[in-house]
Amino acid sequence: MYKEICKKYAPTKDNLIQILHEIQDSHPQHYISPDAVDTVAEYLNVPANHIYGVLTFYTMYSTSPRGKNIIRLCESPPCYIKGSENILRKLKVILGVETGGTSKDGLFTLELCACLGVCGNAPVMMINEDVYGDLTEEKVEEIIDKIRGMK
Amino acid sequence: MAKIVNVFIDGHHLEVPDTMTIIEAADKHGIHIPRLCYHPDLPPTANCGVCVVEVSGNPTPKRACCTPVTEGMKIATNSNKLRSYRKTLVEMILSNHEVVCPTCVANNKCELQTLSNNLGVDPDHLPNILAKQPVDNTSLSIIRDVNKCIACGRCVTVCNDVQTVYALTFSDRGIDAHIDTAFANGMANSPCVNCGQCTVYCPTGALRERSEVDAVWEAILDPDKHVVVQEAPSIRVSLGEEFGMPLGSVTAKKMYAALRKIGFDSIMDTNFTADLTIMEEGTECVTRLKAGEKRPLITSCSPGWVKFMETYYPDLADCVSTAKSPMSMFGVLSKTYYAEERGIDPAKIVSVAIMPCTAKKFEARRPEMRDSGFQDTDFVLTTREFLHMIKEAGIDFANLADEDADEGMSFYTGAGTIFGATGGVMEAAIRSAYTLVTGQELDNVEIQAVRGLEGVKEATVNVPGFGDLRVAVAHGLSNARKVMDRVREGLKTTGESPWHFIEIMACPGGCVGGGGQPYGNDIASRARRGLALYEEDRSLPVRKSHHNPEVTRIYERFLGAPNSPLAHKLLHTHYFKRSVYTGQVTEEATHKHH
Repeated sequence: MYKEICKKYAPTKDNLIQILHEIQDSHPQHYISPDAVDTVAEYLNVPANHIYGVLTFYTMYSTSPRGKNIIRLCESPPCYIKGSENILRKLKVILGVETGGTSKDGLFTLELCACLGVCGNAPVMMINEDVYGDLTEEKVEEIIDKIRGMK
Repeated sequence: MAKIVNVFIDGHHLEVPDTMTIIEAADKHGIHIPRLCYHPDLPPTANCGVCVVEVSGNPTPKRACCTPVTEGMKIATNSNKLRSYRKTLVEMILSNHEVVCPTCVANNKCELQTLSNNLGVDPDHLPNILAKQPVDNTSLSIIRDVNKCIACGRCVTVCNDVQTVYALTFSDRGIDAHIDTAFANGMANSPCVNCGQCTVYCPTGALRERSEVDAVWEAILDPDKHVVVQEAPSIRVSLGEEFGMPLGSVTAKKMYAALRKIGFDSIMDTNFTADLTIMEEGTECVTRLKAGEKRPLITSCSPGWVKFMETYYPDLADCVSTAKSPMSMFGVLSKTYYAEERGIDPAKIVSVAIMPCTAKKFEARRPEMRDSGFQDTDFVLTTREFLHMIKEAGIDFANLADEDADEGMSFYTGAGTIFGATGGVMEAAIRSAYTLVTGQELDNVEIQAVRGLEGVKEATVNVPGFGDLRVAVAHGLSNARKVMDRVREGLKTTGESPWHFIEIMACPGGCVGGGGQPYGNDIASRARRGLALYEEDRSLPVRKSHHNPEVTRIYERFLGAPNSPLAHKLLHTHYFKRSVYTGQVTEEATHKHH
């Protein structure tokens, strides 16, 4: 499977980031496994330790399995001032996880991120590609319940 | 083309080429700029910021390691502002460092310790925020203690650029940035070849060998054990440095005296088996040449190189000599030939090797190195560990009276001793292979073309009855790659290798620059130690391996002849294919002859 993704791109080093993105996006657990790194290393003729360095440098990549939905709560100052700490505490309680953890049902991984560029609606989080603003503890509960219902 | 420019450092007018950085220009003229991550052997990474200087016309300080000089540049290396910056930087590094200097292997050698002291850093200015991480002790050769790591990146540069081994990398970013192996799998589960160059360039004690000092003392102090010791060629030209002797002092006889004082039961010499290696490898080479073999023969003494070959060039494993390294030949013979000659039960023999090398620890524990029926070499100490033992025993090394080794496996020729310098094995092999092919003696034994620190050296030697023998010598694994790529390409396209015989050593400079050598192991000291081996060669009465009387004796009394069935059983080995991701064996690459 990884090999097929690789083959969509020319085997040059500058395609590394794109290939890694596609591998991560196509994985049901949204991560890049050691096997995937080995495949990419061989395809691009780039040492595996270099790829690991790239993977860990960029926060968008994960080297461990994640949930179906990835929550990224903004921890930048505007959201912090508007109470992102409370939102984080609430999320931890309703998901039963610590920051970086994945809920037992495999549905959610809770992560923190830097500014999402919508400070006017602070506090803000993203779930997958969708942005949710003006968060309150009640609103967070509703959003999570709604996604849980969709599974 | 480099242009000469005028620069002014602290008011001194210097004329330097514009290809230089500020720190290079300052060093060249004896002006010291404080530094931490910079090392003259390596390209600058500008990680630490300690080498900041003020450059006129610039509002902020510049890093001297990566700022090129320009015409008319006015540089100040010291000011109250710079002193304060440097102190703060070092205080920040110390605040995230495990400060355990008295028991650290790098004590008195640590560049961070020296710098902190020189700058008058206040250790209480910033609280220590180190969150202790587990030590990576997966490897048989190298311990990596991230708590002492200052993330200067020298090991990453050496591992990736100088050695092209690709084991270490920077991981994560910002305050979490640290050095690691891929997926934090540990050194033993990475392509690490155990060369130990990372331990040599580490400015602190974050990278070190796995110590076997205690185990060796235990054996020495056990009256039931008979402890035999061998010392690699390059050890004898490296020991003196630690005791204030001039760089490149030849201290073989003081080394024997120190070993006897420490209490080893039998003091032999790896140089003897270096001569024996020449007989085995030389015979193998000549047999192949006579058979018109198109594939080259490549030396197998360097265990870092052997693991590198198994990892990156297993398709060429059949080109690598089957001869074991001098250390492993000695190990197996200490529990067979030596045990028989002395009438000692081999189960009571403890065979210790003192090596300039961290990879030898791995080699000694390869499952195939048990042809005596025991682990052939029980313990391997690096030069640094041996120095530690000398100091622990309170020996005044520089003032020791000369002593000789014990007889049996210690006589050596000039050919054996030059094994320790890049090109030395090749030169030694040519001195004997010439005789093996022609039946005549080579008159001029000094083969200058294979000496020196050029990364890849080539020579052609005319051997009557054979023709031109084309040889190549590479040291440092990035240079090994250049040679191996050409061999692979040659065999693929024309079916022929550019060279008949190739010497490869994993470490730059050869064993004199080994990963187990004393700290301060820079290119300049490697060169000086190498020259000392050539000086010793010139001073010795016998300079060709085939004239070593103890070698003649071992063939007469025990082995029969070079490459005999018994020689094959005890002195030769075979190779494996390894994963480039995990370094683990995946299959056999060659089989052992029987």
